[in-house]
Amino acid sequence: MAARGDFWGGLWEKFGILIIGLAAFAAVIGLILFLVDKAPKRGRDVLQLVAFVAPALILLGVGLIYPAVRTAYLAFTNRTGEFIGLDNFVWMFTQPQIITTLINTLVWVALVPTLSTAIGLAYAVFIDRSRGEKVLKALVFMPMAISFVGAGIIWRFVYEYRAEGFEQIGILNQIIVWVGGEPQQFLINSPWNTLFLIIVMIWIQTGFAMVLLSAAIKGVPTEIIEASRLDGANGWQQFVNVTIPGIRPTLVVVVTTISIATLKVFDIVRTMTGGNYDTSVIANEMYTQAFNRGEYGQGSALALVLFIMVLPIVIYNVRVMRKQREIR
Amino acid sequence: MSSTLHRRWILPAAAASFALVLAGCAGGGSGPSADVDCADYEQYGTFENESVEIYATIIDVEADQIVESWADFEACTGITIDYVGTQEAETQINVRAAAGDAPDIMIVPQPGLLQRLIADGYVVPAAQSVEDNVDEFWSESWKGYGTVDGTFYAAPLMASVKGWVWYSPADFEANGYEVPETWDDLMALTEDMAANNTATYKPWCVGFGSGDATGWPGTDWIEDLVLRTAGPEAYDQWVAGELKFDSPEIREAFDLAGEILLNPDYVNGGFGGVDSIVSTTFNDGGLPILDGNCSLHHQASFYEAQWPEGTVVAPDGDVWAFITPKMSADDPESVTGGGEFVAAFTESDAVTAVQTYLSSDTWANNRVALGGVISANKGLDPELAGSELGKASIEILQGEDTVFRFDGSDLMPAAVGTSSFWTGMVDWIVGTRNTDEVLTFIDSTYP
Repeated sequence: MAARGDFWGGLWEKFGILIIGLAAFAAVIGLILFLVDKAPKRGRDVLQLVAFVAPALILLGVGLIYPAVRTAYLAFTNRTGEFIGLDNFVWMFTQPQIITTLINTLVWVALVPTLSTAIGLAYAVFIDRSRGEKVLKALVFMPMAISFVGAGIIWRFVYEYRAEGFEQIGILNQIIVWVGGEPQQFLINSPWNTLFLIIVMIWIQTGFAMVLLSAAIKGVPTEIIEASRLDGANGWQQFVNVTIPGIRPTLVVVVTTISIATLKVFDIVRTMTGGNYDTSVIANEMYTQAFNRGEYGQGSALALVLFIMVLPIVIYNVRVMRKQREIR
Repeated sequence: MSSTLHRRWILPAAAASFALVLAGCAGGGSGPSADVDCADYEQYGTFENESVEIYATIIDVEADQIVESWADFEACTGITIDYVGTQEAETQINVRAAAGDAPDIMIVPQPGLLQRLIADGYVVPAAQSVEDNVDEFWSESWKGYGTVDGTFYAAPLMASVKGWVWYSPADFEANGYEVPETWDDLMALTEDMAANNTATYKPWCVGFGSGDATGWPGTDWIEDLVLRTAGPEAYDQWVAGELKFDSPEIREAFDLAGEILLNPDYVNGGFGGVDSIVSTTFNDGGLPILDGNCSLHHQASFYEAQWPEGTVVAPDGDVWAFITPKMSADDPESVTGGGEFVAAFTESDAVTAVQTYLSSDTWANNRVALGGVISANKGLDPELAGSELGKASIEILQGEDTVFRFDGSDLMPAAVGTSSFWTGMVDWIVGTRNTDEVLTFIDSTYP
C-alpha cells in the first residue's frame, strides 16, 4: 500500500501494473505469432487463420454474443431470476407509462432521421460551390463535436423557464417575451416536450448528414448534369432525376445510421428531463428499470424490443451494401 | 525498434519520471508536530509498527482534514493510519470484502450499506471500549443504527441535519413575522405572507431539479412530515417497507406537504407557478429569499454552501434557518439527517484503539475544530463549529430528547429511494398523478 500522502506512489502502482500488463500481452501475442510462423508445413494456413481470427472471435463472444444471449434469456425472467414466460412483455404493453415510452421512441425514429437528412441535404445543395463553403459547412458540422450530454445541458439552458414578470434566462423564452407571448415550460408540457428534445438530436445529426451528402453530391459526374441541362431539365428536375439517384447509396447509409443512433438515444433524455413528464424513450426506460429499480427482467425485455426494432434497419443496410457490390 | 526512435522517447520518459520522483518527495505526509500533549491518548496504549487502513468515500479537502484529526493520535500511540479515500468506496467495499481484501476499518456513509455488510458477515462486532463511548456520547437512536439483533457493531462518526427552513431575518423583522413554533403556526405564517403576494413574490420558494435525480428534495419534505406527524416508530416501519406509502400516516404527510407545494398562492416565489418547482434546480431554489421574492425555503444544512459569496448565515445575518416545526408544542424535537459509521472488518488491538478514539469526544472536538463538519457526539463543544448553523445543528443533535432519524429515502431499497420516490414526487407536483396514484405507484415499484 502506498504511504499516506504519497500520491505518486499510488500512481506508480497503477501505471506499473498497466505497463506490466501491456508487456505481458505483447509477449503472449509475440509468442503465438512466433509459434504460428514455425508451425509444420502441413496445415499451416489453417493454423495461421485460426491464430489470427481467434482473439477477435473470443472477444466478440465474451463482449457481445454472450451478453446478448443472456439479456434475451433475462427478458423472460423476473427480478429473482425465475422463468416467467412472456409476463415482462405483457407488462410492457399494459403499462401506460411504458406504452408512452414506446410511442415516444417511434416518434423519435420517425422525425430525427427524416428531418436531419432533409435539412442536411438541402443545406449541402445550397452551399455547394458557393463562396465560403468550408466555413458554412464547419458551422453546421460543429454540433457533431459536442457530446449528447453537453448538447443536453446547452439546450436545457435554451429552454430554461422563468414565469412571466421575471427576467428570462432561457433565450427561447426571452424571444417569446420580446414578441409579446407568454413564457412556456418547454420541457414539462407533454406531448410537445418530446419535440423539443428531438430538436436537440436533429441539431447534432444534421451536420453529419450534410458532410456525407455534400461529398456524395460532389461525386455525381458533371457530364450527366451537363447532359440533363442540355436536354432542358430545370434545376428541380436535375436535382430529383440526376442528383438524388446519384447519391442514393449515401442517402441510405445516412438515414440508417441516424435511425440506429436515434433508436439508442439515451443521454439527451437523461440529461434534459430524466425521462420525467412523459418524455422517456426505450433506452432510458431500460436503464431506469434495470439499474435504478433492479428490475433486470423488465429492463432486458425493453432491451430486446430495442434490438428487434434495430434489426430490420441493419438487415436493410446490409442488403443495400450487397446490391452495391454486385453493381460494381 | 530503431535506435533513433528509441532515443526519441526514452529521454522525455526519463525526464518525466525524474519529475514525478521529485514531486513525490515534495508531497510527503506531514509528520507529527513535536509538541503533542499525549495525556489524552495514554488510554489507547502504545504500539510498535502497527498500521491500520481506513477506507472511506471522503475525498479532497475533507480527506486532508480527517487525516489531520488523527495526527496526534498516531504520534502518541505509534499506530500509522493509512487513509484511502475514493468516491467509489460504497460499491468497491462489496468487491473488496468478497475477495477477502477488506480494509481494517471503513467509514460507511449510510446505514443501509452498513446493515448489508453486517448481514453478509463481514463486519466484526465492536469492542466494549467502543460501546462504552457510544453509550456515553450518543443517543439511543444513533446507537440503534449500528446495532443488529442486539449486537453492537459500528459507532457513529459525523452527522448532518436536514429539514431546515431558511429565511431572511431582515424580512421577518420588517414584516413582523415570528419564527413559528408549530406546524399550525407555520401555516398561519404562510397565510399571512400570502397576503403580500405580488407577480413575483410568493411565501415559499422550492427547487426539486437535480438532473436525473430530480425530485429528491421532495422526499425530504415528506420524510420530515412523516417523522413529525406519525412519529419515529411509524417512520421506522415506513422506511423498512412494513408501512405502505398508501397508508393513512404517509397520506397525511403528503396532504400536509401538498397544502404548501401544490398551492399556487404559496409557491413558487421567484420562479413562477407550481410546475416551476420541478424545473428549478435545488441549487437555485432558495436564492429568491435574497431578492425578496420569497420568504421560506425548506432545505438541508448543506444549503449554506449554496448562498452567494459574502452572504452572512447567522441569526442576525442575511439568511438564517429554523428547523421544520413540530406538530404540537409538547412534542419532542425531531430531526432527519445523515451521518457516517465506523465499521471494522479485522480484529486487532490497534484497530480497536483506532475505533475507540474515533468514537470519543476527543476526536469529535479535534475534527469539528478543523471546520466544515458537525457530529452528534454529546461530548462535543458546539462553540468549536465553524459556522453559526453548525453550532445550532450540534445543539439540536445533542438535545436530550431529540429524536433523530436517518433520511428515509437513503434507507429504502434503491428501486424506491433513488428512483420511484423521486419520480413520484415529480409526477405529483406536475399533476400527472394525484396523491392516490402516486402512493400506489411508489408501492408498486417495491422490490
